[in-house]
Amino acid sequence: MLSIVVFLPLAVAAVLLAVPRLGDAVVRWTWVVASAVEVVLAVVLWVGYRDNTAGAGYGYGYEVNRRWIPSVSSGYHIGVDGISLPLIALTAVLFLACAVYSLRMTDRIRSFAVLFLFLETVCLGVFVSLDLILFFVFFDLSIVGMYFVIAGWGHRDRVRAALQFFLYTFLGSLALLLGFIGLYLAAEPNTFDMVALTEQNPLAGKGTVAALVLLAIFVGLAIKTPTVPFHTWLPPAHTEAPAAGSAILAGVLLKLGTYGFVRIAMPMLPDTWRDWAWAIIAVGVVSVLYGALVALAQQNFKRMIAYTSVNHMGYIVLAVGAAGLVSTSDEQAQSLASTGAVTQMVSHGLITGALFLLAGVLYERGGTYDLGSYGGLAASTPRFAGLTAVAAFASLGLPGFSGFIAEFQIFTGSLPGAPVATALSFLGILVTAALFLRAFQRLFLGPPTKTVAADLTATETVAIAPLMVLAVVLGLFPRFLLDLVEPAAHTLGTLVSR
Amino acid sequence: MLWLLVAVPLLAGGALLLAGRRADRFAAPIGIMAAVIALGTSITVAARRPAVSASYLDGVSFGLNVDGLSAVMVITVSVVLVAVLVFAAGEPELNARFHGLMLVFAGAMLVTVTATTFVTLLMAWEVMGAASYALIGYWWRESRRASSGTVAFLTTRGADLGLYLAAGAALAGGAASLGLGDLASLPDGWRDVVAAGVVLAALGKSAQFPFSFWLSRAMDGPSPVSALLHSATMVAAGGYLLLRLQPLLGATPWAAAVVAWGGALTALLLGAVAVAQTDLKQLLAASTCAQVGFMVLAAGTAGVAAGTGQLVAHALTKSVLFLCAGAWLTALGAKTLPALRGVARRFPVVGISFTVAAVALAGVPPLSIWATKDHVLANAWHESTPLYLVGLAAAALSAAYAARAVALVWAREPNELPGQVTRWHQAALPPLAAGAALLGVLAVPTVWQRFAEIVSVQEGPSPSWWELLVSGVVALAVAGAVAVFVDKVPAPAALRGWLGLETAARTLVAKPLDATANALARFDDRVVDGGVRTSAALGAAFARVVDNRVEWTVDGLVRGLARMFRALGRLARRPQTGQLHHYYAQAVVALAVLAVLLLMLSNGR
Repeated sequence: MLSIVVFLPLAVAAVLLAVPRLGDAVVRWTWVVASAVEVVLAVVLWVGYRDNTAGAGYGYGYEVNRRWIPSVSSGYHIGVDGISLPLIALTAVLFLACAVYSLRMTDRIRSFAVLFLFLETVCLGVFVSLDLILFFVFFDLSIVGMYFVIAGWGHRDRVRAALQFFLYTFLGSLALLLGFIGLYLAAEPNTFDMVALTEQNPLAGKGTVAALVLLAIFVGLAIKTPTVPFHTWLPPAHTEAPAAGSAILAGVLLKLGTYGFVRIAMPMLPDTWRDWAWAIIAVGVVSVLYGALVALAQQNFKRMIAYTSVNHMGYIVLAVGAAGLVSTSDEQAQSLASTGAVTQMVSHGLITGALFLLAGVLYERGGTYDLGSYGGLAASTPRFAGLTAVAAFASLGLPGFSGFIAEFQIFTGSLPGAPVATALSFLGILVTAALFLRAFQRLFLGPPTKTVAADLTATETVAIAPLMVLAVVLGLFPRFLLDLVEPAAHTLGTLVSR
Repeated sequence: MLWLLVAVPLLAGGALLLAGRRADRFAAPIGIMAAVIALGTSITVAARRPAVSASYLDGVSFGLNVDGLSAVMVITVSVVLVAVLVFAAGEPELNARFHGLMLVFAGAMLVTVTATTFVTLLMAWEVMGAASYALIGYWWRESRRASSGTVAFLTTRGADLGLYLAAGAALAGGAASLGLGDLASLPDGWRDVVAAGVVLAALGKSAQFPFSFWLSRAMDGPSPVSALLHSATMVAAGGYLLLRLQPLLGATPWAAAVVAWGGALTALLLGAVAVAQTDLKQLLAASTCAQVGFMVLAAGTAGVAAGTGQLVAHALTKSVLFLCAGAWLTALGAKTLPALRGVARRFPVVGISFTVAAVALAGVPPLSIWATKDHVLANAWHESTPLYLVGLAAAALSAAYAARAVALVWAREPNELPGQVTRWHQAALPPLAAGAALLGVLAVPTVWQRFAEIVSVQEGPSPSWWELLVSGVVALAVAGAVAVFVDKVPAPAALRGWLGLETAARTLVAKPLDATANALARFDDRVVDGGVRTSAALGAAFARVVDNRVEWTVDGLVRGLARMFRALGRLARRPQTGQLHHYYAQAVVALAVLAVLLLMLSNGR
């Protein structure tokens, strides 16, 4: 079942490639239908998932474990739990949004659809992997897929941005591989199996070696996330990428990094994680404040959103760091922090995905992302203005949207362990409020300065509005998500407190 | 029932916002209907006192509860909401967006005053702030009005961070459910942090000194917005929160002192600012800060009943005053006091309503604010004499600005004033004004006793006969003097400009923040990204060196050998094609080699 969910997009992509002379319309609708089927399958997975983590721990749903490369004891081992399932659903939803958004696209649509379907398989693959080599393969292929999306369909400076993106994140994944090999060598017997590694906790009490392995893994994931100071590939990649590419890059690919923290770094290196929690928290807080402040200074709408991603990912790093600190004292705080981190991954995916699609609409209407070139757009495009306002307020963490649920949990759960750091990171939500309101005012309010632009089309609305609806549903009724995440977060808490 | 109370305005408001322009024609009736339903539900829940709760976050629920204080608050909010929306029906340019936002705004206030946990409170609290942003910037085509909304939202949100702090500190202190009722019993240290956060959030929301400037900018919104924002919602929320959490302040003496003096000083300073204003709406705005200052003073001196009484009396009074100012603004397009001379003679219904409310605001016996303010002052007197004297001086100032406004609108003016006041406008005013006057019954001790029992468990001191007399005489004397010498009231520039608070906030907070942001952005481009680019360039340079020197030497050697070796040399250069997928293929090969190596390693052991 899980393998079907993961590889269906790839199969569709293969069919699209194999069948000659397909009309563009057929390609588009095949893509949309395949993505929609994926969403349905994700819902089926969600509904059918039974939480069996209670008690002994390490229980995964839909688990499959086949021999793959037995010589290095690496298997085709996949499965889901309360942390990965929401991200799988998020991935399916975002890819569907991008498919719908691209319905009116004409430029080499077949290759574009094939690439996106490939990327969908790869991203889902990362979230289901329970084997480090499998994880690494999917993790790396995501970089390849995104490289071609940026280089093939980006704006003016696309080749340079794509190359920088590729080399930088590839470097990160090499660091990650180094860390994985370290884990492999330390394990007894040697294995790449994540469940076995988690159970073994192979580097317990091995001071420097453990710290070096954590450093390698942390740097690898931090580049992907990205956190300060490894973030500089992000703004150019986003600015040059096509709208749908940016939405996937921010919405899903960044989550591969943060997901790695909670799936690999925390449970497999618990005591090292606790020892270095203060440093991780520091990286998180710096990302929060630095990302927000640099975003405040941007004149380019898309670059600004890219930097707010650094800020939002910073909250996650803060939370996972604090979960390592408060582990010994307060179970509820720890659970709140970890649950908040997962909620933030989902929430950021929905909201920032929508914002990047909206930025794509802006570029299509005005041919530039420069804030100064617009003004008073709300007069001619009320729906566009309304939806952007909703997305902006969601992104600045207004209650009623998913971002608040995530950030409130992160703040409340992190404060007992790291009061000063958390209090400092509060300032992040004030600065993001300032930058979003300012950007919104420059684009949409005041007297109209440009010639009349067209409002959102039906396709664009259908692609973007559901993301905001989901953000509101999560923001008002978070239980359906939290019921899934909280048990997994508790398990994570016990694992990291070992 | 309680869910219904908060759901009706929020859902109706949300539906109006979603429908947009299509709903313009039905917006006013739908708004009024939702408000009337909310009023009916308010009365029911005030009688029944229900409590509801839903599981929300890990260990933290979303809870609503109606106790005596909440009962008084929900009725006040609903009454003012109905009146304001009836008034707004007379302004055709206010469309569905306006009515939708007003309902959301009031709905959020209803949740605020019934919330039992931090998460509930904070959600409603911030939604209210966002709704105020959209309402203040309602006429968004004018840049100044739009940025006024931004100023208001950012100022209040900056203060709201206090609530995030308080929530985290409450959890750290052991209040696992984040209940608002558990805060007073937290251990020292964390309780102090909670109190500091709550005080910051409340002072910001209620526009107390030094946050008052956002309320001046809030005047750029439509008048009905001001009437709601200044009376029963938003600024009142700050006062309410302090009254609700008075036990926390009681357990944290320094916080109570900060609150008491903060309120008293705001009442004094902003009262002086109000006297100096030349714009009627600005005068009323400054007076709001000052009057809310009395509520805050009451919360800091354990006078929960007194503060609540002041809140209700002020809500009725101030909504009338703003609606009157709005009616004149619509009719005449004028809002400066010189332009409004004699306007009460031209529109007597509005004029009389305005006068009744303004006289109440002045603290003239036997109207409402005279009674409630004296209870506040009695609590202050109980606490400390200087606090009482500052409060009394502030009371004298409120008599001064109210009298000045009344004297000007009744001035004999030879000019004809054109314009019309609609029937919707007139319908809303007299009932509210009557309420503002009649609440003076609170001065009757038995009535007050009953009221105090409803809102508060502990009873504060009541004013003695001489206190009532002193404040009454002071109010009458100052009001009389100002009315006689109305054109000679001094108005220093500092007071006219709201003490320069907005400029101060801009120079001290906004500008340094912008400068830091710009500096960091440059740092990011040049140093952080520059470092990455430099190391990449170094790598490329290194590769060139290898290519030119090492390869050249190797090549030279190879050239001396047989053709086969030369072909091998060409092959070796081939992978350096500069094409990414080739590099990638090489990396995969390297990976495979690595895997083999690992294999050998693991077998070797």
